[in-house]
Amino acid sequence: MRALDDVELCLRAGEVHALMGQNGAGKSTLIKVLTGVCAPEAGSIELEGQPIQPTSPLHAQRLGISTVYQEVNLCPNLTVAENLFAGRYPRRAWWRGGGINWSAVNREARRVLTALQVDVEVTRLLATYPVAIQQMVAIARATNISARVLILDEPTSSLDADEVQQLFAVLDRLRRQGMAILFVTHFLDQVYAISDRVTVLRNGRFVGEYVARELSREALITAMVGREIAPVTNAVTTQGQAAKVTSAPVLQAKAIGRKGQLQPTDIELNRGEILGVAGLLGSGRTELARLLFGLDPADSGEIGVNGKRGLLRSPADAIAQGLALCPEERKTEGLVADLSVRENIVLALQARSGLVPHLSPEAQQRIAERLVAALGIKAASIDTPVGQLSGGNQQKVLLARWLATNPQLLILDEPTRGIDVAAKQEIMNEIVGLARDGMAVMFISAEIEEVVRLSDRIVVLRDRRKAGELPGGCGEQAVYELIARH
Amino acid sequence: MDSVRRDRIGDGLRRLPAHPLFWPVTALAVLLIIAAIVQPGFLRIGWVDGHLHGSLIDVLNRAAPLMLVAIGMTLVIALRGLDISVGAVVAISAAVAAVMIGGSLDPHAAEQTSRVPLGVAIAGALGVAMLCGLWNGLLVVKAGMQPIVATLILMVAGRGIAQLITDGRIITVYYSPYFHIGNGFLGGLPFALIIAALTAVAVYLALTRTALGLFVRSIGTNPVAARVAGVRSRLITVCSYVFCSLTAGLAGLIISSNVKSADGNNAGQLMELDAILAVTLGGTSLAGGRFSLAGTIVGALILQTLTALIYASGVPPEVNMVVKAVLVFAVMLLQSPEFRALVVKEALNRRAARSKAHHERS
Repeated sequence: MRALDDVELCLRAGEVHALMGQNGAGKSTLIKVLTGVCAPEAGSIELEGQPIQPTSPLHAQRLGISTVYQEVNLCPNLTVAENLFAGRYPRRAWWRGGGINWSAVNREARRVLTALQVDVEVTRLLATYPVAIQQMVAIARATNISARVLILDEPTSSLDADEVQQLFAVLDRLRRQGMAILFVTHFLDQVYAISDRVTVLRNGRFVGEYVARELSREALITAMVGREIAPVTNAVTTQGQAAKVTSAPVLQAKAIGRKGQLQPTDIELNRGEILGVAGLLGSGRTELARLLFGLDPADSGEIGVNGKRGLLRSPADAIAQGLALCPEERKTEGLVADLSVRENIVLALQARSGLVPHLSPEAQQRIAERLVAALGIKAASIDTPVGQLSGGNQQKVLLARWLATNPQLLILDEPTRGIDVAAKQEIMNEIVGLARDGMAVMFISAEIEEVVRLSDRIVVLRDRRKAGELPGGCGEQAVYELIARH
Repeated sequence: MDSVRRDRIGDGLRRLPAHPLFWPVTALAVLLIIAAIVQPGFLRIGWVDGHLHGSLIDVLNRAAPLMLVAIGMTLVIALRGLDISVGAVVAISAAVAAVMIGGSLDPHAAEQTSRVPLGVAIAGALGVAMLCGLWNGLLVVKAGMQPIVATLILMVAGRGIAQLITDGRIITVYYSPYFHIGNGFLGGLPFALIIAALTAVAVYLALTRTALGLFVRSIGTNPVAARVAGVRSRLITVCSYVFCSLTAGLAGLIISSNVKSADGNNAGQLMELDAILAVTLGGTSLAGGRFSLAGTIVGALILQTLTALIYASGVPPEVNMVVKAVLVFAVMLLQSPEFRALVVKEALNRRAARSKAHHERS
């Protein structure tokens, strides 16, 4: 099988070019070829008419191709300025010792970041800034090395709307300076907001190159998926609303909060209900989930699960009460990459029962196979290390882990982030199905359109406090208005 | 039919070098062969005075304390920790046992007595050892200290504590039932070896018959994810330090019983380094998550065989540490996939060059 087969890509100076495709379409491989991480078996690359063969990322950078990856590749323990100039520090003259000219480093760093309108103190450690800022520093570093081609691999997946706008302003400036920019993303809106052209890949093959403003959304999705997709709506669950309200709430949180993370907030969830949580980055979405699940100790308020009062002091406590949390960071907080699909699926169930009784390998296999089939997880076998699966399948394994514990309340923090369109639809269908069967689901997402489409009720967070609640089907506009209102 | 079986065996043999235990076991076998050449009769096992006798049995017997400590260390390292206080805990446990038994020789008594029943002395020593482990574990989990720093405290202070317990003296034990732990035999096998073997079996059963193995691997690979999944990772981590100190306590009893005294300054000296080395030789990753209990036992045997080999070959005591270091380095090279690949590549290049020269000549 080929990761890439007869693919063509044409970047033009002064244009932003979006590269689209589902997971496994070959986007990452194409970038690896362009930046010299992998050598192509066939075909050629030309830069300004000259054939080039980048042999390493450093070589590619010298040729003028700079890359910013999805995961920030900087050193969190160095200052912002050090990160910007690491490896090419300005030196003092030899008669003054030839050491690093720190005042020049900091001055230059300030100048570069100001030009990008990123307002940070360059002498502070990079780790003290949020991922969004770190991403901007990475872009500043890449563009500062005089690049002719800038490749951005999902740069916006951890940025909020304001920061995306800020990034786009930077990209626009670079575009006007005549740089060719390749922009890989999963967000359709952003493709239309910034791109001039779009190239779509599917299963390692070239589907087509389009002019962005002449391409409809439907046509773009069809090109990526190869078939048409019907949008999920949660019309059926809203009809069962009357039955749900009569039963006591599954979870009732009164004024739970934690200093610096979330102002005291009330939350209530009923059986069979999908509660959407919407808000911008930093609004307290993830913090709310972590407090409810006992990952961070709350310093005010109380949580009642099925009428039982008290605070949940640890995830183990929360799981014992029938809660489940798919965390935002799938790789670092969710899955254990070295363990097999089977072991990852049974982990929470086994943790709830403790060391004994131990689930026998046969029982583990039975549980894993049932859930792999139910969720349509694609893996070579259930004994494959989960780290080898694609993003969408990893997310499904995480979901399977919690479904194995048969929870009453499932908290999903960004379950659709970084996974392809088809897998997204499948996971959203699954969520609707679970709620229909009586599970209470809390659905947290940065994509407000998804929250609106899926939820029976929406809690809107703003600046680490609850801004208000909206009924399901209220429309994106209403959510934005609530977020924007002061 | 026969050819199918032969194929299957051939296939198994070809895959053998990929087995994680292959290189540790090979290293041990090579050392044993060298020992047998240096000292004829090294591999001979006889039956003397109702028990097994021979250099090999001696190696097994003397390796028992290290095996014990290394088993505890394996769990700690698999959970991303490190315990460099085990040597000090060996000394503390030995001191507690010796003081509780009492160190006076009464030539008029028909039989030497202990101040407290032997069982109480053993329980006391092991109890104190486990308290040491609890201290280490709480420093790591509750105070959030780096494991190497947290256990460094007890590594340094422990020697002092052991000397406080013994009042700064080396306490000699005259109570003969106590000697059985380090010198006795049961069913023809050294008693110390039986203790180590039972501990290994107990840990093996805990890892495979309970969910401990799954939990240890998930915490070692990704502690945050394990906690989110509801694994009580802090409790398990504290328990790993307590267990590691317990094995050090057992080793302390064996060692002090062996030399019939408790020396706060020298008992278990540098044992932490040998234990970490044994764990590493056995193929356990210092980064956590991936570990091998059997590998650790092989690692401990490699180190003890090395020591025996050095003594048997008459290396002067002043340089035996240097010789040991060189041999450990050689064993490490043998186990390194990168180094082996380099050697194979070099050999192939030479052969290619030779055959090319041969062709040109003819």
